Amino acid sequence: MSLLEIKGLKAGIETGEILGGIDLNVEAGSTHVIMGPNGAGKSTLGNVIMGSPAYSVTDGSIIFDGEDITKMAANERAKKGLFMSFQNPLEVPGLTLEAFLRSAMRERTGKAVRIFQYKKELEETCKLLDMDEAFVERDLNVGFSGGEKKKAEIFQLLMLKPKLAILDETDSGLDVDAVRIVSKGVEIFSKQGGSLIIITHNTRILEALNVDRTHVIVKGKIAAEGGSELIDEINTNGFEKYI
Amino acid sequence: MTDIARKDTPIDIDEGDSGIILEDVERGLYDFKDEEREEDFFKVDEGLTEEIVREISETKHDPEWMLDFRLKSLRIYNELKVPKWGPPIDGLDMEKIVTYVRPKTDMKASWEDVPEDIKNAFDKLGIPQAERESLGGVGAQYDSELVYHNVREDVAKQGVIYTDMESALTGEFEEMVREHFMKLVPPTDHKFAALHGAVWSGGSFVYVPPGVKVDIPLQSYFRLNAPGAGQFEHTLIIVSEGADVHFIEGCSAPKYNVANLHAGCVELFVGKNAHLRYSTIENWSKNMYNLNTKRAICEEGGTVEWISGSFGSHESYLYPTSILKGDNSHAEFTGVTFAGKGQNLDTGARMVHIGKGTSSFIDTKSICKSGGISTYRSSVEIRSTAEGSKASVNCGSLMLDSISRSDTVPAMDIRTDKADVGHEAKIGKIDDEAVFYLMSRGIREADARAMIVSGFANPVSKELPLEYAAEMNNLIKLEMEQG
Repeated sequence: MSLLEIKGLKAGIETGEILGGIDLNVEAGSTHVIMGPNGAGKSTLGNVIMGSPAYSVTDGSIIFDGEDITKMAANERAKKGLFMSFQNPLEVPGLTLEAFLRSAMRERTGKAVRIFQYKKELEETCKLLDMDEAFVERDLNVGFSGGEKKKAEIFQLLMLKPKLAILDETDSGLDVDAVRIVSKGVEIFSKQGGSLIIITHNTRILEALNVDRTHVIVKGKIAAEGGSELIDEINTNGFEKYI
Repeated sequence: MTDIARKDTPIDIDEGDSGIILEDVERGLYDFKDEEREEDFFKVDEGLTEEIVREISETKHDPEWMLDFRLKSLRIYNELKVPKWGPPIDGLDMEKIVTYVRPKTDMKASWEDVPEDIKNAFDKLGIPQAERESLGGVGAQYDSELVYHNVREDVAKQGVIYTDMESALTGEFEEMVREHFMKLVPPTDHKFAALHGAVWSGGSFVYVPPGVKVDIPLQSYFRLNAPGAGQFEHTLIIVSEGADVHFIEGCSAPKYNVANLHAGCVELFVGKNAHLRYSTIENWSKNMYNLNTKRAICEEGGTVEWISGSFGSHESYLYPTSILKGDNSHAEFTGVTFAGKGQNLDTGARMVHIGKGTSSFIDTKSICKSGGISTYRSSVEIRSTAEGSKASVNCGSLMLDSISRSDTVPAMDIRTDKADVGHEAKIGKIDDEAVFYLMSRGIREADARAMIVSGFANPVSKELPLEYAAEMNNLIKLEMEQG
C-alpha cells in the first residue's frame, strides 16, 4: 500500500476546474518531482492534498496512510503526518516562530512539549540550517527575507518530522547560498526516511536527492511520467511537446 | 446654554493656571455640551433627587464639603443632556436613573438569575466560587479593607499611601483628596461625570511621595471592592516629583451587575519628572453601558503610560485623556478593544499637548466579530504653545467576519508648525490563507484564529505583567469561542 494514493482527483475554485483528474501514488520514503508550465495546477495539487479551503474537490479521492483524507480539515491531515512548505509563507505578527512551533507540536502529539528537550532541538536545527538562534524568537515570517521565509519552512519541516512533505517551489527566487542550505535540510529529511513531493522549476534542489519518480502536469492533468531522466529531458527541451 | 451651565456651576476649578487649562481642555472634541436647547433638557420627574444624594453621602460619612460637591454635581447633572454623538444609549433608562444609582432590594439578583455565559466564563477563567458570587453581584461582598491591607504594608514602608477612597476622604488625606477630587474631570465635563460627582462610591486612592520608586505594581482588586464600587468608583492617583509607580486595575472576569450603568472616573496627577504606568483590563457583562472617564495631567518631564484592554459591555465610551501641561512631558496609550456580538465599543485616546517639547504616542488595536462594532476615536491636539512637540498615532483594526464593523475616527488639531505629527491606520480582515497556514501545521481552526487575534493584540499584552497577559489571552480565546 502506498503512503499516498490519489485517484481521479478533480478540484477547482468557483470559477472553474483546475485539476482535471489526477492519479498519483507515493511510496513511503520515496521522492517525487512535479514539473509543469506556469498555471498547470502544480500548486493547486499541493494545496488540495494539504486541505486548503480555497479549493473544492469535485471528484476523486486522496488516501493517506490508509485513510481517506479527502474531506479532512488541514490540521487533521497535519496530525496524520502531512506537511507543506508554502510557496508564499504567511506573516503572523505577534506570534513567534518558537511559540507557534511549540503549539503545533503539542497539538500533533497531544502531549505537553518538554521545554528542555525542545530548546535543544531548536538549537540543533538552527545549527543545521545555518540560522541564528534569535531567528526563532522573531514573529512568524514577519520581516523575513524571501530566503529566510523558505529556511523557516524547512526549519518547521525538520522540527515537525512529518511522513510526507510537499515542497511548493521552496527553491524559487533564492540565492545560491539559500538554495544550498534549503537543499541540505531537505536532504536530511529524506535521509531520515521522509517522503517528498517536490514542486519545482529548477534542479538545484534535487542534486543531492535520489528522485524516484517525475510527473509532468499540464492543464490540470498528468501529461508525462518517468524517472529522474525525465527531468533532464525537460531541462533540455522544455514542456512544448506536452502542451 | 453651555455658558449658562457654567455660570450656574459654582465649582471652583479656576485655581492657578491649571484651572484655566482645564477650562480650556473641557471644550474638546468630546465636549458633551455643544449646542443645547431648552427642550433637549432631560426633565427630571422621578429622577435623582437631593434626598437620595444626601442619603448616599450620609452612609459614606462624607465631610461637609463632599456633600456640597455631590449636591452641586446633582444640579449640573439635571441640567446636562445625554450625549448623542457616539453609540446610541437609548437602552439606558434615564427616567429610572435612580434605580441605577440606588438599586432596590428587590432588584438584587439571585445566582440563578446570573446569565449562563457569565457563569461559563467564570468556569473557563478559573474564578473561585466565593468570588464568583461576589462578581455575579449576589454573594456577600469581601472586605475591601483586608485586601488593601497586605499590599499596603509592603509599600507603606516607602511612605506610599494606598487605600480606598472612603478611607482617604474621611482620614488624614482629606485635604489632599479635596485639592484633587474631580479637578481633572469636573462634573461639568459631561452628564455622566456630573452623575459620578453626585453618587460616586468606592475606588482607590494612591499617593506616592517625591522620589519614591515603587518596585511592585499596585494592584486594585476591583472585584473585591465595596458594594457599588464597580459602578461609580473613583480612582485618584497622585505621583509626586521624581516618583515612579505602576498601578493595575481590573480583572478578566466578567462583572455582572443588575444595575447596568458604569460611570467611573479616574484622575491621574503626574508630577515633575515622575512616571506613572496605569494598566487596566476591563471585562464588563454584555448588558453594561460603560461610560467611563479617565484623565491624566503631566507636569514638566513627567510620563504617563496607559495600557488598556477593553472587553465586554454592551456599549462603551472610553477615551483616556493625557494633558501634557509641563515642558518635555510624555504620554503613551496602548490599547486593545474587542467587540463581539451585540457590542458597540467606541474607544480611543486623547492627547493634549500644551508644554514645549512634549511627545505622545498612541497604538491601538480593535477587533470585531459576530456583528460587533468597534470604533477607534482619537484626538491629538497640539496647542500653539507646544513648540517642538511630537505625536504619533497608529491604529489597526481586525475584522473577523463580514458582518462586523470597524470605524476609525482620528482627529488632529495642530496649532503650531513646529511640531512633528504622524498617523497610520490599517483596517483588515482576518486572512483565511494565514488560518490555513497555521492549520497545515496541526493547529485547530479556532485556535489558529485565536493565535492570529492574540498576535494582533500582542503589542498590548506584552506591556502587561505576565499573569495579566495570560489572562488577556485567555479572554481573547473565550471571546473567539463565543457565537
